[in-house]
Amino acid sequence: MPEVAAGTGTLLRAALRRDRWLILWWSLGISALYWSQAVGIDGLYASQAELDVAAASMGENTAMIAMAGPARALDTVGGQVAWQSSAFGAIAAGLMSMAIVMRHTRTEEETGRDELVRAAAVGRLAPVLAALLAALVANVAVGAATAVSLVVYPLAAADSIALGLGLTLVGLCFTGTALVAAQVSASARSCYGLAGLVIGASYALRAVGDVSAPALTWASPIGWYQGMHAFSGVRWWPALLLVAATVLTLALASALLQRRDIGAGLRAARPGPVRAGRLLSSPLGLAWRLQRPTVLGWTAGLWLTGLAYGTIGDDVESLLGDNEATVELMTQGLADPVAGFYATALLMLALITSGFAISSALRPRAEEEAGHAELLLATAVSRRRWLASYVVVTVGGVLLVLAAGGLGTGIGYALVTGDGGAVLEYVGPALAYAPPVLVLSALARLVHGVLPRLGVLAWLPLIGAVVVMLLGPVLRMPEWVQGLSPFHHLPAIPAEDTSVGATLSLLAVATLVSFVGQFAFWRRDIG
Amino acid sequence: MRADPRSASVGGVDTPLRIQGLVKTFGSTRALDGLDLEVRAGEVHGFLGPNGAGKSTAIRVLLGLLRADSGEVSLLGGDPWRDAATLHRRLAYVPGDVSLWPNLSGGECLDLLGRLRGGLDPARRDALVERFGLDPTKRGRSYSKGNRQKVALVAALAADVELLLLDEPTSGLDPLMEAEFQACVREFRDAGGTVLLSSHILAEVESLCERVSIIRDGRVVEAGTLAELRHLTRTSVTAELERPAPGLASLPGVHDLVAEGDRVQFEVDTAQTDAALGLLVQAGVRTLTAQPPTLEDLFLRHYGDAPDA
Repeated sequence: MPEVAAGTGTLLRAALRRDRWLILWWSLGISALYWSQAVGIDGLYASQAELDVAAASMGENTAMIAMAGPARALDTVGGQVAWQSSAFGAIAAGLMSMAIVMRHTRTEEETGRDELVRAAAVGRLAPVLAALLAALVANVAVGAATAVSLVVYPLAAADSIALGLGLTLVGLCFTGTALVAAQVSASARSCYGLAGLVIGASYALRAVGDVSAPALTWASPIGWYQGMHAFSGVRWWPALLLVAATVLTLALASALLQRRDIGAGLRAARPGPVRAGRLLSSPLGLAWRLQRPTVLGWTAGLWLTGLAYGTIGDDVESLLGDNEATVELMTQGLADPVAGFYATALLMLALITSGFAISSALRPRAEEEAGHAELLLATAVSRRRWLASYVVVTVGGVLLVLAAGGLGTGIGYALVTGDGGAVLEYVGPALAYAPPVLVLSALARLVHGVLPRLGVLAWLPLIGAVVVMLLGPVLRMPEWVQGLSPFHHLPAIPAEDTSVGATLSLLAVATLVSFVGQFAFWRRDIG
Repeated sequence: MRADPRSASVGGVDTPLRIQGLVKTFGSTRALDGLDLEVRAGEVHGFLGPNGAGKSTAIRVLLGLLRADSGEVSLLGGDPWRDAATLHRRLAYVPGDVSLWPNLSGGECLDLLGRLRGGLDPARRDALVERFGLDPTKRGRSYSKGNRQKVALVAALAADVELLLLDEPTSGLDPLMEAEFQACVREFRDAGGTVLLSSHILAEVESLCERVSIIRDGRVVEAGTLAELRHLTRTSVTAELERPAPGLASLPGVHDLVAEGDRVQFEVDTAQTDAALGLLVQAGVRTLTAQPPTLEDLFLRHYGDAPDA
């Protein structure tokens, strides 16, 4: 083994040891994304005629093409799988590759662990090679799991393999761009940002390309992957573009690596301000400053998700087909299927928002663990005020994120139906889902106050609520079990009217639980 | 230089910090086991002990971050748990392991901590940034350990307070900055301030502290002025004698005696120095070297696993 690569094998084993669960879950998750589409399509449309109707409606929906990709062979199960999954599968593989690369390169450098490793008999390129090989193993696992699950389903073998192979290659392509990003930026955080930007740009390029400018699609690795036309006359040559791009980015990364100091980027860190702005004058200002990127990220994400729901417009019935169970699940058995569908969509948005609400409620715990709380609580800031500022950011953030989801839904709906008055129509109904979301964040606050070391418990109520929503009616769970989910107590807004009683009692529960959690925090040891 | 020398007894407190019988347990671990500590107004008090002795726990109780199980703690005349936020306007704290927000610059951290303590004097802040050679434009994530510590030190020293709680504040500083730190602490004390200094750097303690408390296994095993503590230790003596001095071996307070021909080497308790020297003189002294007890000896005696009785 050349001198510069000495120790790669040992580092790779250590990396895989650290990543084994991560790789397993990503492989299962991404292959389930594809496989569940096949199951879903077969379950949703009882006959080919129904699928034909839905396919015709989807194939004309520009918004859906922009989101998923060029509409090809949508009247087949395989075509639907490729269309609905490949863009998101490619993004997921890209995010996984980025996480693996950063975890074993810049994060290691920033924590100083890399220095310890490099002081041993380890070649200059070994840590980067180990990261690359770990990403290779992960992407092969993801691609293989996807191909095998589709072949076994069963779908056409060659097309299934093309979909899996392309997924592996597009993941490797983003591994290459992540390795380049890891050389360029000044900090691990901005490396993540840059690598994520590349993935986002690839998605956006193909979205614009698929809708109006085909040339742009050919500038995106995701476009090349979809250009393999799995399940619609598979062709293999676009895979070579992915291979070539991977080789080129790896060569670029290795050239940049030779010129970079360990721990630094080619792009120097921007100096920070000498003085703090007015925002940093209170615990509330700090809590907002620390969570601002997260809140804005979730706001944008929910807006886009809402947009996706909204662009379904009034096409609800043809999309859902005649499968009673599906229709019942998606419209909550309501008389007006369109209003019922949007009630379900808003409920989904609220469940997603709960993810933000819980992580935001656990943020003060992270501040405690990092030792930042100690610095602040040694100043004239009381525990009450410190924690209360985080409560304010969480509650405000929940309202903002939900409103963005509602606004996105309204805009999507207005774009498709041409009904301009609908733009703001879903903002109020979306906000009506805030009380149950706040109950979940209050439960997280209770965990933070009473069992600070078991923060992961805070996620259980959300998992429970999702299970109740998806399986409760199907499994005919007893009323009291379904009642454990705070969402169960809310009417199906906007199909049904808001219930003042339910809203107020959920708010009262949220307030009470949150207060008990805060009270416990006031009285316990910090750290 | 501090603008206004404060009186030592602000708020009628002559003993800004007094701990009696403090107990703090974490599960089955007894981190503090009946700790007594007294810091007088206007002194720099050394707080010494091996790793894990309970120094940081004691300081965190003083800050109201941890709740005492039992015992009495009085800080600046108040209760550190109940009156935390009010008391914290009058004190500043430097932790041993400073952790800053990765995306905030050093300057932002300084302003934030100062404002949250109730305002800071920009001129003093800038002077201290200059003195410690701190680059305030760097982000928290890119500071070295020493520089993170400087941020916390500047934030504490720029504050207009009566009491400094310093938990191994200089463990990452270079010798030049260490000197600067000592100068700042002296200025603070000369202006009437009180300091509790937990430290492992004995030279620093020797040059700064009037009194020290040595803590081990959660309780104070020795407290007093450095001169008083020296009394508890031994002087090591090497001498060449005209004749053997047979009485030495049986003299109480003489330890580790080695006699080779006309050379003797031993250690003697400070209280028995006179008697031992008397015996040497009787045997006729040709050469004599005596090493006074160092602070290291003092600590090793208390830090070691099996301290001599």
